[in-house]
Amino acid sequence: MSGPGRIGGGEGATLRFTFDGVPLRARPGDTLAAALLASGIGLVARSFKYHRPRGIMAAGVEEPNALVTVGEGGRTEPNTRATDLFVYDGLVARSQNRWPSLRLDLGAINGLAAPFLAAGFYYKTFFGPPARWMLYERLIRRAAGLGKAPIEADPDRYEHRAAFCDVLVVGGGPAGLAAAAAAEGRVMLVEQDRILGGNIFASPPFVPSAVEGPAARGAPGVSTSRDTNGDGVAGLPSNVRVLTRTTATGVWDHGFVTLAQRLVEPGEAPLPGQPVQRLWHVRARRIILATGAIERPLTFAGNDRPGVMLSQAVRSYIGRFGVLPGRRVVIATNNDDAYHTAEAIAAAGGAVVAILDSRDTTPETRFPVFARAVAVATRGRRYHLAAVEAEIDGVRRRFDADLLAMSGGFTPVVHLHSQAGGKLDWRADIQAFVPGVSPQAITSVGAVAGEVPPIAAASAHLPDPKHSFVDFQNDVTAADIDLAWAEGYRSVEHLKRYTTLGMATDQGKTSNMAALSRLAGAAGIDIPQAGLTTFRAPFTPVTLGTLAGADGGGHAAPRRRLALHDRHQALAPIWQPLGYWHRPRAYPLAGETLHDAAIREARAVRTTAGIVDVSTLAKFAVSGPDAAAFLELVCATGVAKLGVGRGRYTFMLREDGMVADDGTVWRLDEARWLLTSSTGGADRMEAHLSYVHRVLAPQLRVSVVAQQEHLAGIALAGPLAADILAGLTGEIPPSHMGLAEATIAGVKILILAASYSGERAFEVYAPGFEAGPVWDALDRATRARGGFPYGLEALEYLRIEKGHIVIGAEADGRTTPHDLRLERMLRKAGGYVGAQALGRPALSAPDRMQLVGLEAAEAIPEGAMLIAATGAPVEGHVSSAAGRVLGEGGIALGLLSGGRARIGARLIASSPVRGRHVAVTVTDPLFYDPEGARYRD
Amino acid sequence: MMRIDCPHCGPRAQAEFGYERTLDSIVTIDMPADEAVARLYARTNPRGLDDELWRHGFGCRQWIVLRRNRVTHEIVGVTAFDPAIHL
Repeated sequence: MSGPGRIGGGEGATLRFTFDGVPLRARPGDTLAAALLASGIGLVARSFKYHRPRGIMAAGVEEPNALVTVGEGGRTEPNTRATDLFVYDGLVARSQNRWPSLRLDLGAINGLAAPFLAAGFYYKTFFGPPARWMLYERLIRRAAGLGKAPIEADPDRYEHRAAFCDVLVVGGGPAGLAAAAAAEGRVMLVEQDRILGGNIFASPPFVPSAVEGPAARGAPGVSTSRDTNGDGVAGLPSNVRVLTRTTATGVWDHGFVTLAQRLVEPGEAPLPGQPVQRLWHVRARRIILATGAIERPLTFAGNDRPGVMLSQAVRSYIGRFGVLPGRRVVIATNNDDAYHTAEAIAAAGGAVVAILDSRDTTPETRFPVFARAVAVATRGRRYHLAAVEAEIDGVRRRFDADLLAMSGGFTPVVHLHSQAGGKLDWRADIQAFVPGVSPQAITSVGAVAGEVPPIAAASAHLPDPKHSFVDFQNDVTAADIDLAWAEGYRSVEHLKRYTTLGMATDQGKTSNMAALSRLAGAAGIDIPQAGLTTFRAPFTPVTLGTLAGADGGGHAAPRRRLALHDRHQALAPIWQPLGYWHRPRAYPLAGETLHDAAIREARAVRTTAGIVDVSTLAKFAVSGPDAAAFLELVCATGVAKLGVGRGRYTFMLREDGMVADDGTVWRLDEARWLLTSSTGGADRMEAHLSYVHRVLAPQLRVSVVAQQEHLAGIALAGPLAADILAGLTGEIPPSHMGLAEATIAGVKILILAASYSGERAFEVYAPGFEAGPVWDALDRATRARGGFPYGLEALEYLRIEKGHIVIGAEADGRTTPHDLRLERMLRKAGGYVGAQALGRPALSAPDRMQLVGLEAAEAIPEGAMLIAATGAPVEGHVSSAAGRVLGEGGIALGLLSGGRARIGARLIASSPVRGRHVAVTVTDPLFYDPEGARYRD
Repeated sequence: MMRIDCPHCGPRAQAEFGYERTLDSIVTIDMPADEAVARLYARTNPRGLDDELWRHGFGCRQWIVLRRNRVTHEIVGVTAFDPAIHL
């Protein structure tokens, strides 16, 4: 065998897969990277920005170059590392970011434009004319990029699971196995690989593997279940639970750890009845990090060429997968560890052409070794390495080679320690940060704790920084870092954002230390002074499906069904989500649009009668000797003087004086009250009432019971409403803002005579489980008089015409009672939540945003800004808009600076987004029956 | 996610609780206006330990007080809210 490939031939390669449509074979246990190398495929990807040809650099999750898209249809997973994907029969993998093909990639023309795409190029395009920037933006977005997300729905299932343990060990290498074996109590051991053992496959003695690592090396077998009792696995005791193919993606507060577990490989069909991935929420008393270290690349021109690999990765491919990635090998190193790689290559039948060691003295070795020697450039042939240019004692020399194994030292994987708030200590001998003090019960062992070979610090001498890559995945070169420094970027956080260094999907696992070293060199400071960017979860990318778990599709949010849901469904309404509730928006008859239906329904309310389901309103039963005193704390309006059997409009303030919510308050009895408030604020109001009661006024003898779900409510409104209700109950209905108990269809009901529509109206309440017959009776009686049920859309038309505010639209959290024209209802004596803040002069200043009405000949666009003329400053906005129910023309409510003093002003409601600009006149926010004659009895 | 040892229910995940405010930003009804405004807008926000009012909304629904380090998130103590002590 002359080229790179499988040591000792291709036996045992039984798994079929394709790469860019080419059928290939892999051995069970191969990563895609191993199988591609075994097949002699070196060119695997194109780089993000310059579309440079890229190969496989690493053997683990740190791989920056070899990203592929795997799977088909909804199972497609883009940006999967070929080194972190185990081949299964039928795997379909495709290269990314190339067109039309990997070899002939037209995007590579970006490489020619490299001078313009240097650090900060994106920001610099802002300085040109806007039109040019738009063009750049389009071109850049198309040319630069990763894989494409599928548009089909994901057919698979994901799940979340919780677990608790005394000790969580992260990492199943020798250090992690030893820690897990020694730990007491409930122990969990998690390993992102599919087998345990970590780096032992890259450790001497070097026996090229004919089958996958552990069996070849006589290690105990590992269960393929990916979740197993440790008994018998790698000699672990039975108190250890072992999760393989499971990544600790983040360590949070108080020993909380998230794990992402793959039960099948990316793009692979799930096992019967199983999810494809699982997100674990683990609470651990103690955490032991055995996360190892990641080898660093060396920085030199052409260090990104296919055929340039990390030194330990070369050993992994030999020792674990039985694959020799090259036959003529140059090794470039600044440490002793790479000398093992020479032994491994020789054992696998390869030739070590030279070891380039940057140090002054080199260890004893049987291979040709050069001290004070560095790689400075690579030469290629057909997208692959052909020769290495070295500088030995300042003298250039060329070595023909098809593989360059490089080792720039080792970076402990301190991510989880740092995420958990741990400090980092600098170690000059390994030129890396190691875990320091942790505020949590977290210990680091093995390589992550700094047990890695010492190295010689990098020299700033770099002949060709423009082609020397630091961040391979985001195409950041040493020259980019130099440029950022020259342009004044001093903080490492700024450098990161300006150059995009470390911001790719690999989060700079192989690049951050090299970049820091370069920055520190330019600044003439030590690396610890340069600082470090923040480590953030997840450690490796996690699919959105895993994060969502079962909470997707119809389970994305809880669905709250009305007690009368089936009654509505029978009328085939247009449903509208409102928070978690689903409410009818309108009930279209055959051939009606939403607007047709809503205007018919609203006109019925104005001319005959209509019924609407108002069950979602927040309702609180407030009772006890101090109930009135309690309500006066909550409500900014007068309450206590209300007589039994009467109700009143009320509103509540936040402590800063802004209107928080509004509703009605009713005195059912001397010491029994009912408070209603808005649907959307129901949960917030529940918490607020509890806060006022338990924290501010615990001395009050009062009980508050939330009845939002308990009581179903139906509002009957219209000039015929009183008639209809009297016919059903056999009693004279209560007067406006009065209440009564009665019976409809054998069900005891509570009648509250409140009007939201502006017509004579009654809210009828009954327990949800009994409300059906009440709805049926009201529906029949209303239809018999020419009326209809109506939905939220008609309700909106009706209330806008009456100028009633809605929480969230007019009361947007920035409006005071004065802004909303409610100040006359405020209790003069104060003594309610928000009273103190309301006294601040700015809260009733005349130029505040104030509620106004707006009129126009045509429909007014909702959300439009209010301006005096094109180009003039924005003075307000349209908060709610509708048409007149019986008349013509558009009406709206809005908030306008100093609006109360500007009645009659002419403005433009301008909505550039919708391309509509409507001339409006400012009016009082009351468009219908200003005397209120229609709702009184 | 923090772990909060509810004095009524025992240790539970933070997701069951809702943060309300620091104790020194409670505005009582009878407080003079200038003090109320100071409590609303001039908070101390210490770098270190502070006393916070939380509610076990998805549990016992009681109000509790956490003495918590705002930098490290270490919780030094949890007690039931008691106006005699905490106001």
